[in-house]
Amino acid sequence: MIVFISLLVLCVFLCLYRVGKGPTAPDRTVAIDILGTLVVGFCAIYSIITKKDLYMNIGISWALLSFIGTLALAKYLEGRGFDE
Amino acid sequence: MNETIGLILLIVGVSFDVIGCIGLVRLPDIYNRLQAATKCVTLGTCMILLSVLFYTGFNPIAIKALLCIWFVLMTSPTGAHAIARAAHRSGIRLWEKSVMDKYADDREGSEDKA
Repeated sequence: MIVFISLLVLCVFLCLYRVGKGPTAPDRTVAIDILGTLVVGFCAIYSIITKKDLYMNIGISWALLSFIGTLALAKYLEGRGFDE
Repeated sequence: MNETIGLILLIVGVSFDVIGCIGLVRLPDIYNRLQAATKCVTLGTCMILLSVLFYTGFNPIAIKALLCIWFVLMTSPTGAHAIARAAHRSGIRLWEKSVMDKYADDREGSEDKA
């Protein structure tokens, strides 16, 4: 299990590289979106290790909140108001 | 037996995640990065969540994992579509070796309802 967690940490660092370097704002938004999906994978592996469903609750709420954040950032990039 | 299937799913899922993130770093422009990273990481995370079902058996953890698969499959492509549309509309150019931009043609045809 520790191998899979290390590989996911490697993925998170690749995403953070893109957040830091990405030349335009949508690059950073994509990287943040991918980071949110990776955290759901972390929660799944943790719930396999500990056999508790607390971590899956965290994963579900993280997936939905990351989706809302992505949509808000996309609206902001497009330059429109939030009420359209 | 169940643990073997779960381990195989976990290995394949984490490999998809790693390949998607390498694509996020290596590819040349925003649209290529978007399609590589979103498709690979969505499928990889769904496989990791499915392996929870095989590891823990059929109990509340597995039900929540299946629910989470549904959420990820619904929300991740929608978010990627929204980002791509916003990037195109905010005027970010394609990579110079791209050969086709159908969305720009469509938008020129119906200028400008938005």
